[in-house]
Amino acid sequence: MILLTRKPLDSEAITTTVHGDANGGVVTFLGTTRNETDARRVLYLEYEAYEDMAEKMLARIAQEIRERWGITDVSIAHRFGRLEIGEVSLVVAVASPHRAEAFAACQYVVDRIKQDVPIWKKEVFENGEVWVGTEGHQHSLPTPG
Amino acid sequence: MKARVRLFAILREKAGTSEVTLEMPDGSTVADLVKEMAHRYPALLEGVAHTMVAVNTEYVQQSQVLHDGDEVALIPPVSGGGPNRLAGDTI
Repeated sequence: MILLTRKPLDSEAITTTVHGDANGGVVTFLGTTRNETDARRVLYLEYEAYEDMAEKMLARIAQEIRERWGITDVSIAHRFGRLEIGEVSLVVAVASPHRAEAFAACQYVVDRIKQDVPIWKKEVFENGEVWVGTEGHQHSLPTPG
Repeated sequence: MKARVRLFAILREKAGTSEVTLEMPDGSTVADLVKEMAHRYPALLEGVAHTMVAVNTEYVQQSQVLHDGDEVALIPPVSGGGPNRLAGDTI
């Protein structure tokens, strides 16, 4: 199951979608919103997604773990919009006959999502805000050519 | 040809819009479109390094030729992003 939604994520329900009689292990990763970055207190977060592309890329990542580990029972759910501190922004659930593959595939999915799936996170502080991943890169965008 | 350009996150905020339609000469490339966007929205010049471009929801190289009706997205670094991105040129 691939899901992008503004609604709160039900991690138990998402985990249940990967259960199966052939599976001996289920690994679920929850990404949660943190209250501090670089000693600055975060008030809340805003996630933005390029929905069509993000859904397509999440489905492709699920296909990658099918090819690499033979795992077909995977669900990925990402929330966007405003999230309060401590809420769940990402759920990745992977099930396989043996636990080692489930752990490895779950980590792979989370790492891949953070590489190039077009979902952005803004941290809002008491005295400012920052799009994560762009801090320290506020220099000019070179004109191509 | 006409292309629909979508802007996200920090680039959307800098341009003050999430979407714009550009009329470009036939045969224009992604690089030409980026140049035109920077001309229309100078604030994008103060944008971010490592911005990438997607056409019709696939990362592409700057040399890619555009076609009428293409949806072009300017994609700033993603939330966990770093230098190890997988496909396409950075602007």
